[in-house]
Amino acid sequence: MTSATASGSPAFVSFEHVQKSYDGETLVVKDLNLSVGKGEFLTMLGPSGSGKTTCLMMLAGFETATHGEIKLGGRPINNIPPHKRGIGMVFQNYALFPHMTVAENLSFPLEVRGMAKAEREKKVKRALDMVQMGAFGGRRPAQLSGGQQQRIALARALVFEPELVLMDEPLGALDKQLREHMQFEITRLAHELGITTVYVTHDQTEALTMSDNIAVFDDGRIQQLAPPAVLYEEPENSFVAQFIGENNTLLGTLKEIKGDVALIQLDDGELIDAKPVNVSKPGERTRVSIRPERVEFNKARLQPGAHTLKAEVLEFIYMGDIFRTRLKVAGNEEFIVKTRNAPDQVRLEPGSQIEIGWLPTDCRALDA
Amino acid sequence: MSDTTQTGPMRAADGTPLKTSLARALRRQKLRALMLIAPLLIFVLVTFIAPIADMLFRSVENQIVSETLPNTVRALKDWDPKSEASPDEPVFAALAVDFQVAAEQKIHTKLGSRLNYEDPGISSLFRKTGRGADDIGKEFMGRFTDADKAWKDGETWAALMGSDAWLEKQAEWAAAKEDGAREPRFAPRSEAADALPLTADAYRTFARDTQATGRKGVPDTKPWPALFTALAQDLATASPEALAAVGGPSAGLLAPAATAVAGFEPFSYKETFVGIDKDWDKVSNWETIRLYSGNYTPGYFLNAVDLEKGVDGVQTRPEQQRIYLKLFWRTMWMSMLITFCCLLLGYPVAWLLANLRASTANVLMILVLLPFWTSLLVRTSAWKVLLQQQGVINDILVWLGLVDDANRLVMINNQFGTIVAMTHILLPFMILPLYSVMRTIPPSYLRAAKSLGATNWTAFWRVYFPQSVPGIGAGAILCFILAIGYYITPELVGGTQGVFISNRIAFHISSSLNWGLAAALGSILLGAVLLLYYVYDKIVGIDNVKLG
Repeated sequence: MTSATASGSPAFVSFEHVQKSYDGETLVVKDLNLSVGKGEFLTMLGPSGSGKTTCLMMLAGFETATHGEIKLGGRPINNIPPHKRGIGMVFQNYALFPHMTVAENLSFPLEVRGMAKAEREKKVKRALDMVQMGAFGGRRPAQLSGGQQQRIALARALVFEPELVLMDEPLGALDKQLREHMQFEITRLAHELGITTVYVTHDQTEALTMSDNIAVFDDGRIQQLAPPAVLYEEPENSFVAQFIGENNTLLGTLKEIKGDVALIQLDDGELIDAKPVNVSKPGERTRVSIRPERVEFNKARLQPGAHTLKAEVLEFIYMGDIFRTRLKVAGNEEFIVKTRNAPDQVRLEPGSQIEIGWLPTDCRALDA
Repeated sequence: MSDTTQTGPMRAADGTPLKTSLARALRRQKLRALMLIAPLLIFVLVTFIAPIADMLFRSVENQIVSETLPNTVRALKDWDPKSEASPDEPVFAALAVDFQVAAEQKIHTKLGSRLNYEDPGISSLFRKTGRGADDIGKEFMGRFTDADKAWKDGETWAALMGSDAWLEKQAEWAAAKEDGAREPRFAPRSEAADALPLTADAYRTFARDTQATGRKGVPDTKPWPALFTALAQDLATASPEALAAVGGPSAGLLAPAATAVAGFEPFSYKETFVGIDKDWDKVSNWETIRLYSGNYTPGYFLNAVDLEKGVDGVQTRPEQQRIYLKLFWRTMWMSMLITFCCLLLGYPVAWLLANLRASTANVLMILVLLPFWTSLLVRTSAWKVLLQQQGVINDILVWLGLVDDANRLVMINNQFGTIVAMTHILLPFMILPLYSVMRTIPPSYLRAAKSLGATNWTAFWRVYFPQSVPGIGAGAILCFILAIGYYITPELVGGTQGVFISNRIAFHISSSLNWGLAAALGSILLGAVLLLYYVYDKIVGIDNVKLG
């Protein structure tokens, strides 16, 4: 099988039919096929235990694949020890060597490569400047804040100019504001330096804002591999729809498909239109998914003849930039609608009865 | 509005200085904390610190010479040992009084054993003289009683030497004769003490000794012959005015006695002593007494480092008497070797413990701790069984044909035996601190090093090992300090070549009873450990030592 990436460029990193089992009884990674193009920022996103970190560790060489082949630049690396792979890695807890200064930490990968002292110093200085930590070379890691340690860890992974950098939930220990700032920093650096990056996280916002492509992992498989916008707007199955962003779901049965519109009968008998994604046979159970911000209760904005549903307002939550309204729709009491806080926006009173609707393209009929 | 920019110390709201206020607030807390640790603190102080301090103090303590022979020591000050001649008559005269008093109290043999540590053989001289010294006193007793029968009487002496107040109280006590009532404590007559200093001293000792044994009252006890010797010497030198000043019922006896003493035929104390034992004429014996007459002596310490005091100051002991420096040195290098062996064997085990799965690590941990549950003696004896010439290991080697039956390996009762057995015994003390430090080193460091391009060895040596140094430090210092003071194992498996300084200390505590030397050896050992600890702190830094 020739690997092609989501963006169509030739594969730089590829997993081919990779399986991994720790105990010989269960597979942690089941038949993984994945390609990452050169210069691409790929995020492995998934809940804990989904196999994403195991994949990263196999790529780094700390775990061996039970079956299948991992290739780097077209070369199989299954039997190459980690220190010969030349892959930069940023660890979850940074793993900065506590007994060395920042400069010594950065100098370490250059030293083991036998680089001369003068050149080492030059590269260390450049790497430190790159992460705006030029003044901290003499400090010990313990004397730095979490964000500073994060930058040093990043600089250390980049200082020996690897073509591939792996990051294992590198921002998990930072507070929200710092995390957002670092997300930007990391993507900027990755793109500036043209490095291929494989990034593991369980934070979907992080994945959406940083990545070129996102591989959503669950149960040892990639559920969907797509650019962030596609992943969010067009989830291919209900796991992805649930996992990425907020989602309203309604259970029903497929009545019929007309062109690219499916007629769904919800469990309480009402009919709605949806876009069929992975349902095809009438009578099939389906889970219909609608994003909270795509729900419309201003009938004037709906297409003529669109199906509408009756809803009861249960709760109105003021959140500053948006309003969050909880509705009871077709028996589902957790139906959320998000509206922008605009001057002309209606504030719904709890207890009032309204009618809601949406564009059929925003409503995706997925597997149940 | 109040003035917030005040000068001087910060003040609390009520105007007291903030520091005082804080100290007051914390005092209760501190007091409570102190009370919590008080039981342990007192326990440790009373049962541990104080006895050890007392024991160590014995290494310099030397009051026994000046207390047993006070007059002799004083008289000896004028003697010059370089004259190559034993001291003259005055010294022997003083010795006659001191020795008799000591012999009456039976403490002359103690002094003999004490001086024997410094000059072997001197104790027999003291023991022998103890038996003969009485004759000197008896001689003078005869002379005095010839002059006046009253001198034989204890009451004469009590009346002469005791103060009037004491005599009065004593008489009351004697008259009442109540059961359990103690005789009033003897108080000397001050004029008598002035006129007859030697006699007064001896009589005080006599009275105390009599009252301590407490069978009869002081006046009813037969006077020591020593008193007559002292009295003869005092009367020969006392001025008539001083004698006249002495009051009391027996005062009248003094003037005739003084006249009688003047008429005594000459008596040579020196000849008498030399007659008892001719060793009294030896300069070396007197030199020993003179050298060790101070209240404090460096003698034990000198002895502990193979030195001794000579006529010309400190000198090294004769070749065949040197032993302690060798032992100290052996204790040091063998302890270091044992510590190093423990590190070599313990490091991989600790690493396994820290990196294996929890269940496997627990089994391994039990194996590590197993020796702790077995008696030290049993473990040491087990090594005897394994290592002896007819033991298990030799048998196996012979059976395998690796060793000839006639040339079985000597692996016990030498240094090898001590090193093997002690390495085994001290191994857990190395493994446990290492393990607890290694457990805190996240595996991600090694991974990070490898991902940065380090080989397994470089990753270990540059990244893992430096982080395990605090554990090595703790384990090494623990093993070394334990090893340096080890006693039972070297005693049992060390033979003569594998014993430590502690075995020598034990010998002096329990066999030779030279506690001063034992204390000096112990102090040096303690000092050496503290010094090493200091050096260790300078090099490794005690902050870098972690037990967990």
